[in-house]
Amino acid sequence: MSFSNLTRRGLMKTGAVAGAGLALPTYLSAASHSGFTNAPQGDTVTLGFNVPQSGPYADEGADELRAFELAVEHLNGGGDGGMLQTFSSKALEGNGIMGKKVQFVTGDTQTKSDAARASAQSMIQKDGAIMISGGSSSGVAVAVQGLCQEAGVIFMAGLTHSNDTTGKDKKANGFRHFFNAYMSAAALAPVLKNLYGDDRKVYSLTADYTWGWTQQESIQAATEAMGWETINDVRTPLAATDFSSYIAPVLNSGADVLVLNHYGGNMVNSLTNAVQFGLRDKQVNGKNFEIVVPLYSELMARGAGKNIAGIVGSQNWDWKLEDQLGARYTGTNAFVQSFGTKYGFPPSQAAQTCYAQTLLYADAVARAGSFNPCAVVEALEGFEFDGLGNGPTLYRAGDHQCFKDVVVVKGKENPENEYDLVEIVEATPAEQVTYDVDHPMFAGGELGNCNPGA
Amino acid sequence: MLGLNKKDLGVLLLVALLAMAAPILLNPFPADSGMAQFNAGYPDLMQRFVIFGIFAIGYNILFGLTGYLSFGHAAFLGVGSYSAVWMMKLLSMNVIPAILLSVIVAGLFSVVIGYVSLRRSGIYFSILTLAFAQMSFNLAYSVLTPITNGETGLQISLSDPRILDGANAPSYPNLFGAQMNSAATIDVGSWSFTFSVGYYLCALLMLVAFYISIRIFRSPFGLMLRAVKSNQQRMNYTGLNTKPYTLAAFVISGMYAGLAGGLLAAMDPLAGAERMQWTASGEVVLMTILGGAGTLLGPVLGAGFIKYFENIFSKINDNVLHGWFSFMPDGIEDFIITIIHPFVGKGWHLTLGLLFMLVVIFLPGGLVEGGQRIGRLFRRKKADTNTPDGTKTPAE
Repeated sequence: MSFSNLTRRGLMKTGAVAGAGLALPTYLSAASHSGFTNAPQGDTVTLGFNVPQSGPYADEGADELRAFELAVEHLNGGGDGGMLQTFSSKALEGNGIMGKKVQFVTGDTQTKSDAARASAQSMIQKDGAIMISGGSSSGVAVAVQGLCQEAGVIFMAGLTHSNDTTGKDKKANGFRHFFNAYMSAAALAPVLKNLYGDDRKVYSLTADYTWGWTQQESIQAATEAMGWETINDVRTPLAATDFSSYIAPVLNSGADVLVLNHYGGNMVNSLTNAVQFGLRDKQVNGKNFEIVVPLYSELMARGAGKNIAGIVGSQNWDWKLEDQLGARYTGTNAFVQSFGTKYGFPPSQAAQTCYAQTLLYADAVARAGSFNPCAVVEALEGFEFDGLGNGPTLYRAGDHQCFKDVVVVKGKENPENEYDLVEIVEATPAEQVTYDVDHPMFAGGELGNCNPGA
Repeated sequence: MLGLNKKDLGVLLLVALLAMAAPILLNPFPADSGMAQFNAGYPDLMQRFVIFGIFAIGYNILFGLTGYLSFGHAAFLGVGSYSAVWMMKLLSMNVIPAILLSVIVAGLFSVVIGYVSLRRSGIYFSILTLAFAQMSFNLAYSVLTPITNGETGLQISLSDPRILDGANAPSYPNLFGAQMNSAATIDVGSWSFTFSVGYYLCALLMLVAFYISIRIFRSPFGLMLRAVKSNQQRMNYTGLNTKPYTLAAFVISGMYAGLAGGLLAAMDPLAGAERMQWTASGEVVLMTILGGAGTLLGPVLGAGFIKYFENIFSKINDNVLHGWFSFMPDGIEDFIITIIHPFVGKGWHLTLGLLFMLVVIFLPGGLVEGGQRIGRLFRRKKADTNTPDGTKTPAE
């Protein structure tokens, strides 16, 4: 080991490599500027749809992807136009977005923060996506929203129900159309009181991540306010598939209500386990044992089959809304019609929120007259709209959360077909579920400034 | 030069050249052509190439030299990431303290795990490391939620204290002001090349890591580790205590993993528990074996190979396939797509598995052996198969 083979040539080579290596960072700091990240070139614009294609939320992901494809088709002037017909803003003309044809790329979040970020990162850096949407987990939504803020693109959250998404982890570049845990709890509490009385003991199982935590917190606060008591809360891993070991202790806990803060595959499995253990036929404290699933969906109902009958929960939207509750929810039938024509079955709430988000983004660009994220943020903040199936809706400027009616539902006792598993109990008006921007459950974060990137 | 012989210096320079020119080499197809799908030259993926390269280089010091098969190295990667993110939350967005702490914490962690696990060898050692890694994963996933933020993953936020940073300090990981995500894109004709600060930082550290690994391979210490691999019992009978050597190798590879974890967090300030899962530990074993265990270059190649599949093949969906085969008649097009479908997109694991089997069966020395066989075809005369320099030490 000596320096005996130090040659002039070798020295020059190493020197050149080292020099290049050292010089590059200084040269790079003068990054090229085009005003904002991924400004659309030519006559197309690329959107990135990042959905779970594997993991416990894969069903939701598949339905979200269908909705995105439909939305892109409608934006480009194909199909029957869907909710473009009923949307209160008429800035979109069916010629893409500002005359640019809409293209899209897809990715798999795997319902893991890391994988979701890698997938979104490649959409932004490689495919030139100007907006990222989708996702079915709040953990993923929070992670990807942070990434989009740093990269300088818009994030239109898909199905994410945690308070944190527009609470402590809110970001200026991120927007959420979906409702949240606080709204679920606020809408459910009066209904639960009516059905089950004001003296109940609650045992809850909670998915152990941001959504589960805030969902549990919200439900506990809302039910305790009306006199219920929370006996125990057990956290379960998101990746769990068998919940029997968590259900068994419920039997002897003295609780008479089980709250399942689970979603997707988790909820299907935990509910099935709970029913198999005979919880629903039990009598505790002289009352019938009841199960509550705060966040509900048709897809889950389909997965859980007969077990879902009579179980109460809340939804962002349901495909029967307009038929049953009237023209306030206009847009619903138009969407169900075009989704059904294309795919042969009614859309889930995940599909509806993703479809609406894509339209809202495109509309904001068209109204702002620019793809610049800061212009889009400005166009969306405080935007009031109607005709996307949820009734009159406000995109609040203070936290980028949509405020609209919440649908309280119940599993049907005798479903007529495999899509009609859920009956609507009531639509709680938006005023009843509205809260202040600095509500304690949402405090701790700040939007910051919009970031246009490069 | 640099204490290396001519051949090793050649390898090092080759790796340096490839690493520096990667943004150009990995983007061989024009940006607007159909083949652009296969371009890998965007910063995020290139960073993953070199970061997992570092991880695999370190792993190879343990597995390639001593033959100890650890199934728990992802734990060190995860620990490194968490320490780096905490450093960025508490101290400064500058990546230097973050990376330093991640190496130190992973080192300490590996001393503890190594000390216990190395009391056994063979399959028992593998199981012990696996058990420790799963324990760490579960701790990070649910028990230590206040520190790790569980499933959601640990992230930085605007309200973090960051006591060393002034009011106007950048809010993104940076190296004395040069932000990790700042990049310059240069368009040459229809090609587009992106040079990013983060990638070059990773690449430089990878070269340092690679250089240290060469020195370890060529040192008396490395020779001792190889001796452990070939016959540990005999060494014990001659009165040598091998434990300090294996423990040192374990800790060094743990620190490499910590460095990789710290860099991952520095490039993208988030640490998730799934980084510590056993699948992540298995991945580095695959990388090392696929590339060629016990060789210098192998682990880097293996890491690049697997990350390429994960990020490029997984993004080929049915739409893309229809785009490729649209020139064919409808029936044949659908037929071909039905056949290819299980192997791309979600099914990239299947393709990778098949390739892994092929490599293990036909090229036991990994991709490096494949390269050597091809090389030998072209210069038959100089077919000296058993160079003792480590580029062709048979794999486990």
